[in-house]
Amino acid sequence: MTEALLALPNGAAVSQNAVPELTLDALREAIETASARGRRVSALFGAPRGERLALYVVLADDAAGLLECGSATLDGDEFPSMTPSCPEVQLFEREVAEQWGVVPRGHPWFKPVRFHRSYRAPRDAWGRAPEDPLTVGVMDFFRVDGEEVHEVAVGPVHAGVIEPGHFRFQCHGEHVMHLEVSLGYQHRGVERSLLGGPGKRTIHYMETLAGDTTVGHATAYCQLREALGASGASARACALRGVALELERLANHTGDLGALAGDVGFLPTASYCGRLRGDFLNMTAVLCGSRFGRGLLRPGGVAFDLEPERAAELRKRLDRAARDVTEAVKLLWDAPSVMARLEDTGRLDAATAAALGLVGPASRACGLRRDVRKTHPAGIYRLVHLPISTADSGDVFARAYVRWLEIERSIEYLRAQLGELPRGPTARECPAPRGGHLAVALVEGWRGELCHVALTDEAGRFSTYKVVDPSFHNWPGLALAMRGQQLSDFPLCNKSFNLSYCGQDL
Amino acid sequence: MAYPEAPATLPDRFRGRPALDPARCPEGCRDCVEACPTDALKVDAEGLGLDLGRCLFCQACTLACPEGAITPGTEHRLAARKREDLVLRGSALARVQALDHKMLKLFKRSLKLRQVSCGGCNACEADVNVLGTVVFDLGRFGIQYVASPRHADGLLITGPVTENMKLALRKTYDAVPAPRIVIAVGACAISGGPYAGHPEAHEGASSVVPVDLFIPGCPPHPYTILDGLLGLLDRLGPERIP
Repeated sequence: MTEALLALPNGAAVSQNAVPELTLDALREAIETASARGRRVSALFGAPRGERLALYVVLADDAAGLLECGSATLDGDEFPSMTPSCPEVQLFEREVAEQWGVVPRGHPWFKPVRFHRSYRAPRDAWGRAPEDPLTVGVMDFFRVDGEEVHEVAVGPVHAGVIEPGHFRFQCHGEHVMHLEVSLGYQHRGVERSLLGGPGKRTIHYMETLAGDTTVGHATAYCQLREALGASGASARACALRGVALELERLANHTGDLGALAGDVGFLPTASYCGRLRGDFLNMTAVLCGSRFGRGLLRPGGVAFDLEPERAAELRKRLDRAARDVTEAVKLLWDAPSVMARLEDTGRLDAATAAALGLVGPASRACGLRRDVRKTHPAGIYRLVHLPISTADSGDVFARAYVRWLEIERSIEYLRAQLGELPRGPTARECPAPRGGHLAVALVEGWRGELCHVALTDEAGRFSTYKVVDPSFHNWPGLALAMRGQQLSDFPLCNKSFNLSYCGQDL
Repeated sequence: MAYPEAPATLPDRFRGRPALDPARCPEGCRDCVEACPTDALKVDAEGLGLDLGRCLFCQACTLACPEGAITPGTEHRLAARKREDLVLRGSALARVQALDHKMLKLFKRSLKLRQVSCGGCNACEADVNVLGTVVFDLGRFGIQYVASPRHADGLLITGPVTENMKLALRKTYDAVPAPRIVIAVGACAISGGPYAGHPEAHEGASSVVPVDLFIPGCPPHPYTILDGLLGLLDRLGPERIP
């Protein structure tokens, strides 16, 4: 069965003729047996094939460091849902349904994802007519009935300075029986607008898929463009992308630990980390002028060099920030009142995390060894290896502690890198994408695996561009982690995942 | 930090307001216009104009210009009260005009804002949030983000206003007691930013509610946001940007 799929490494481009076209049954079997064969689903998406729709899948084989790709053409406007035997595709199938107006028959949780009309209107997976109203957040929510059972609905506008989303809790007193997350408020049509590209706006779409992951998503895009152009980036450019990616991880992980401290009312760490997050962002700005890494990455390389004086300045700032963040975070582990709130809150076991297809620190906190930098390395990570940081308790503490381990390792990594950047050019010409190709790029962003897949038409324009933000895998993890918890622990659990709304809604 | 008394500390590669020198534009040249991803540049009867409300500060124009008519700049003070004041014509940009006397009396020493995120990428939200940290300590100016629109004097809006957030924004606005202030932060909230023209999104906050202050950037630097807020509350001097 596995032989039927095409194995390819991260950052590869192949002719679309080389991508096996399976029968739908064979593709389903490959997906439904993925987990048993040690694979997980990185992407599952639809793409038009003539008048019909094709399903494409990208599986990740973490042990072998390879990806597997295949497709199948749908006969008609429905297909049997794979979710009952492979829960990690549940959101992918809903996305395919919403975008293309096809129905995954037998899907146990069949609801819209982003609340938009299908790309092939008037086709609609829910049978809504074009003149029927389509209102975000209006759908059948799971309900628990019973005496004294009540429902708590929050959002889209929240109390903090955060993105919009709707959360609905089924509660008995403080006890949460179920949380349903309904998003789509940030949907701005990015994937649709990427079609026909690359164009003037393409890199800006990439930099704003999730603003806190600007470097991560831009890296994935650049690797994909370079694969499609049969070129690559210089060792120096790869190293500088790695520096920016680890700074992005440091800023966000530090910010998250501060925010977790804030959510349990532990102000020293909250205040320190609030400042330190900014110090890391400002280091990115030393490199490229933007705190978020805007304008740094371009297909073919990077737009800014790091001269020796600038590298020395960064090392000086890194040493200072490293010392301070160590002190600030140590306060957390040493405070019993903090640990009592983090430990055993929002626990998720490894089997559930694997079944849901979780990625990133949330998966590693359950003991899963999922880190693209190690298992599917590309760019600088082919040369410099970072160990995978894991914990095993799967609770808020584990998600915090994995972040801390990664902060330590990213600092160590940066210290070494800033001292020995490879020589060479920072950028070279990136040829236009080859026509009729498929390319896949994975990057370990700070939240987890970023997966970009592109198909090009005969002229080398994007006929499909699929973006999978780690949040797309991880939102259901938050929902399950909340089961059996106290409602008042939601902010803490939510922050321990800190998922992106815009990265999911696109 | 001592801002606004002391100057902002910005990295040398910071991309602020570019400088325009239309006299250098060759006849009929449209290289910058064609390079711009968001149609922020135009060449018309008045010559070269740059709409900072659309600008992503990406430097595509400065790299495309063969004559150096657009050069990178580091000026971080970019905010304006009127949308048309964001169009740069080479001359100095006016400072933010403060609120009128009556509004200043109400809000100068205490301004409570409800933030509404309406699409976009969450980078503006991040740098709006950072003003609340100990570094910028927004509270020392009496400015604070509050949890409910009922407690707020105004809205601070980010994002292009997606179709899916339009109703929520409208309702949040209606829930703020009058008189109220609306502040649009970032290219998206001013013009739609990189999403301008998308049917899934609108062209910024002013397509739904009236806006009193526009703060450009993608995202704006925290100093740019702070400068705009302080200017609105008449807490900066009357000097003009060079």
